Amino acid sequence: MSGEPLVRWDWLFAHLGPIADRMGQHLYLAGIAVGLGFAISFALAALSIRRRRIYPLVTLLATAAYTIPSFALFAALVPVTGLTVLTAEIPLILYTFVLFVPNIVAGFDRVPWDVLDAADGMGFTRGQRWWRVELPLAVPLVVAGLRLASVSTIGLVTVSAILGDSLGGLGYYILDGYHRHFATEILVGGLLSIGLAVVADLGFVLLQRFLTPWASRRTEKARWT
Amino acid sequence: MTAPAAGRARAASLEFRGVTKRYGDAAGAPAGPSGIGARGAVNDLSFEVPAGAICVLVGPSGCGKTTSLKMVNRLIEPTAGEILLDGANVMGEDVTALRRRIGYVIQQVGLFPHLTVGRNVAVIPALVGWDEARQRARADELLSLVGLDPAHYRGRYPAQLSGGERQRVGVARALAADPPLMLMDEPFAAVDPIVRERLQDEFLRLQRELAKTILFVTHDIDEAIKMGDLIAVMEEGGRLAQFGPPDQILAHPASDFVARFVGADRGLKRLSLVTIGDLKLEPPPDPLGMPAFRPETKLRDALSVLLVAAARGGIALDEAGRPRGFVTVDAIASALADDYPGRRQAGAAGGDARTTTGADS
Repeated sequence: MSGEPLVRWDWLFAHLGPIADRMGQHLYLAGIAVGLGFAISFALAALSIRRRRIYPLVTLLATAAYTIPSFALFAALVPVTGLTVLTAEIPLILYTFVLFVPNIVAGFDRVPWDVLDAADGMGFTRGQRWWRVELPLAVPLVVAGLRLASVSTIGLVTVSAILGDSLGGLGYYILDGYHRHFATEILVGGLLSIGLAVVADLGFVLLQRFLTPWASRRTEKARWT
Repeated sequence: MTAPAAGRARAASLEFRGVTKRYGDAAGAPAGPSGIGARGAVNDLSFEVPAGAICVLVGPSGCGKTTSLKMVNRLIEPTAGEILLDGANVMGEDVTALRRRIGYVIQQVGLFPHLTVGRNVAVIPALVGWDEARQRARADELLSLVGLDPAHYRGRYPAQLSGGERQRVGVARALAADPPLMLMDEPFAAVDPIVRERLQDEFLRLQRELAKTILFVTHDIDEAIKMGDLIAVMEEGGRLAQFGPPDQILAHPASDFVARFVGADRGLKRLSLVTIGDLKLEPPPDPLGMPAFRPETKLRDALSVLLVAAARGGIALDEAGRPRGFVTVDAIASALADDYPGRRQAGAAGGDARTTTGADS
């Protein structure tokens, strides 16, 4: 290491535009993974709830996928899918399953049976029961899954920098700084990635507060809605 | 108290005709705790409940009383037999429409935790598309009816309520669509005895106003006697052991099972069905120093007071508090005669004068 300062502010200010672009790409890559991962996980969870016997198998496969190192998966995928967004996304999506599926299943499992019995007995149709009762009551655990998966995925996106300069989001700076022995880049990439994860987590906490006012008992005032 | 807005309460007659439910078949096992093996099976159940009456299904656990109740709104489908609501087979109607016009109250209440009390009460009006203002007016009206101040309660969540308050909301919710029939499965079993008694009294008073047809399930014979105009005693195996007014079941149990089930104190229990106001009495010889009884006092309580006070007799008061007659142990015992003129047909004994409509904690 040379005698230069830990953070080269001049470099930082000269690269604000590209940094913002990388941040945007970082969110984009993470957003796709979390979004698609959530959609697929929701389907897997719905299937697991309906056919209980396959749930252990789904859990096993999701856990198994999580154990595969991303580098190994990249190595296996590149010959097939090349150095593309698809290659970057596949591991990220696979890793979300183990975070989403158990939370979604538990969220629906936790809906009290007496509430479902009351809904059935009062004449809710299946669809009405699902949309108006089961889904809202599952929200706290579903959002817990979203928090876990977004934080985890935002961290993991950096690894995809190994697939080339056009990928990796903020991970590009970490890898580039490593190659060039340039601490400022590593710090910028690492800290901003952490920052994104924290902001995403806070965002979901706020979303949950908004969606589930009933879960906190602060509501003492008489309201109608 | 206000009367329901949506027309004066209509009530429907209810008839079970040879209703049987068998479990253990390969398919079609229903959800819920009673769907296991022969527990909850029902065997050739037949009885009739006239419109506006409370019929209590009572029996030991596993005797099929909850199964019978759930076959009315088709949460469980009968293996054989018919259930007629106002003469029409419930199996012939669209199941959703059927359930929406039958009130449903369960022990665990089953309030929606994510909806406010007001929204819970108005949930069926909302499903069938009433506008906001009408939903809200209906919710407020029903909350008042069950003794909960709408301004205080409508915006709260179920988790913020006591057990007794939740049960009231459950009853209000079941009344929202002004159903001609209410199904109540152990509705007061989850609260402590003091709150339970208050809820029972209030419900009976409400029922005198609403005159719904009610099918009520309990395992507690005292509750059955108190609440029922008619009682269906069920025994293991889902058979009907006896059907009739409470007094008849207490006076003439049809079998050893019924006699054991109603208890050795069935004579005393019968006294709970008659009040001081119902007694024919002689004028008192010398009223000084005797216990006095208000007209709504149950004979069982009056007898207890006489025994405790070791008194030869007491004074019956009229509504205005003036002495009306001389109450003796003999006079009380005479009320047990089957042809006693003052005997009530209904088990709905007079409401307790001390009952208030305040919220329980």
